[in-house]
Amino acid sequence: MSYVMILIGCVFVNNVVLSQFMGICPFLGVSKQMRSSVGMGAAVIFVMLCATAITYPVYKLLEKFEITYLKTVAFILVIAMFVQLVEIIMKKLMPPLYKALGVYLPLITTNCAVLGVTIGNIDNGYNFLQSLTNALGTGLAFTLALLLFSGVRSAIEDSDFPETFKGVPATLIAASIVSLSFMGFTGII
Amino acid sequence: MADKNEKTEKNSNLYELTKGLIKQNPTLVGLLGMCPTLAVTTMAKNGIGMGLATTFVLVCSNLVISLLKNVIPKAVRLPCFIVVIAGFVTLIEFLMKGYIPDLYNALGVFLSLITVNCIILGRAEAFASKNKVLPSILDGLGMGLGFTLSLFTMGSVREILGTGSWMGLQIPVLCDHPMTIFIMPAGGFFVLGCLIALVNKIANKKPPQEISCSSCPNAAICCGQCKTDAEEGK
Repeated sequence: MSYVMILIGCVFVNNVVLSQFMGICPFLGVSKQMRSSVGMGAAVIFVMLCATAITYPVYKLLEKFEITYLKTVAFILVIAMFVQLVEIIMKKLMPPLYKALGVYLPLITTNCAVLGVTIGNIDNGYNFLQSLTNALGTGLAFTLALLLFSGVRSAIEDSDFPETFKGVPATLIAASIVSLSFMGFTGII
Repeated sequence: MADKNEKTEKNSNLYELTKGLIKQNPTLVGLLGMCPTLAVTTMAKNGIGMGLATTFVLVCSNLVISLLKNVIPKAVRLPCFIVVIAGFVTLIEFLMKGYIPDLYNALGVFLSLITVNCIILGRAEAFASKNKVLPSILDGLGMGLGFTLSLFTMGSVREILGTGSWMGLQIPVLCDHPMTIFIMPAGGFFVLGCLIALVNKIANKKPPQEISCSSCPNAAICCGQCKTDAEEGK
C-alpha cells in the first residue's frame, strides 16, 4: 500500500475519532475552543510520531526474545515514560513550546488513540516508514476532527435544546452528524 | 471527594457494590470509558463480552492496587497503576484468545485498549488507592457490572434497530427493514446521546453541562489546567 493511500485512508476514510472511536474523551473534552483544539492536535501528532518511532524497535526486541504478548505492557510503559520525559525536557529547554503544548501532554498518556496507533501498526504489519505515515495520518485525522467539531460546538452553545438534551447528549448527537458526513468518504480508496 | 462524604454516610459494603450499577453508572452518569462504549456495541453480545472483560480487569487491578497502596510512591503512582492494569489486560487477552476466539476477533484492538480505559484508571486513582481491600473489590465489581449493563443496553438498542435481530434471534417486522445506520459509527454517537439524555430524564437531575474534572482520569496530573486554559481562551 502506498504512503499516500495510508495517509488518505487515515485522515478521511477511517477517521480515528469519528469512525474508529479512539480518543473520544479528549474529543469531547478539549474541543470547546478552536485554539485548544489546535494545541491538543499538535501535541497528539508529536507524541504519536515519537511513540511509533520508539515502539517499533521495542517490538522488534520483543520479537527477538519471543515475548510479543507483552506488547501492551511494554508499549504503554514506554509511552508513559516518554510523555513524562518530553514534559520535563520541554519545561526546561523550550518554555514557549511548553506553554503552548505542555498542558495537553499528560492528557495524552491515557489517550487510547496513541496506544491504538502503535498496536494497529503491528497488527497491520506495517514497516517502519509505513508506521510513521500511519501515525502522522492518524494525528492529522484527530486534529481535523477536533477542529471541525470545535466549530460545530460553538453553534450548539447558542442553540436551544430540550432541557434533558443540554450538554453532553447534544454534543454526542452533533458528533453523530459530523460522523455521518465522514461516511461520504467511504470507498474512495 | 464525593466518595468520602458518601462513605461516611453509608459505610456499608452493599452500597459500594450497588452504587456503580445505576446511581454512579460509570458510562451514562460518569461519562467515562466512552471509546469502548461506542466502538464495540454493534452487537449486544460484544457489549457483554467487553463489559465482563473490563469487569475482570477492574476487580483484579482494584484488588492489587488496594493491597499495594502503601508501597507505591505517590509521585510515580500513575505509571505503576498502568503497569498493573496492562498486566491483567494481557491475561484476559490470553484467556479470551484460548477460550472464546470469536469474541477475541470481534473486539480486536479494543481488548488491548482496556489498558487505557478511563474507568479503570479512574477507580484506581479515586477509590482503590485510598480504601481497604474488600470495599475496593466490591467497588470494582459494581462499577464493572454497571459498565457491562450500559454496554449491553446500548448494544441491544443498536443491534435491534440496526440489524433487526437480538442475540441471534430474528425480530419480526424489524428484520425486514433493518436501519443499518444504527450499526454505523454515526448511529453509535446518536444512541449514546439519547441514552444519556434518557438517564438524565429518569434521574430528573440537572444534566451534566460538560465533562467535569471529577470524571476525568487525568485530573490528578493536570490539576484542572486544561479547563483554566480553555476558559482563558488561550
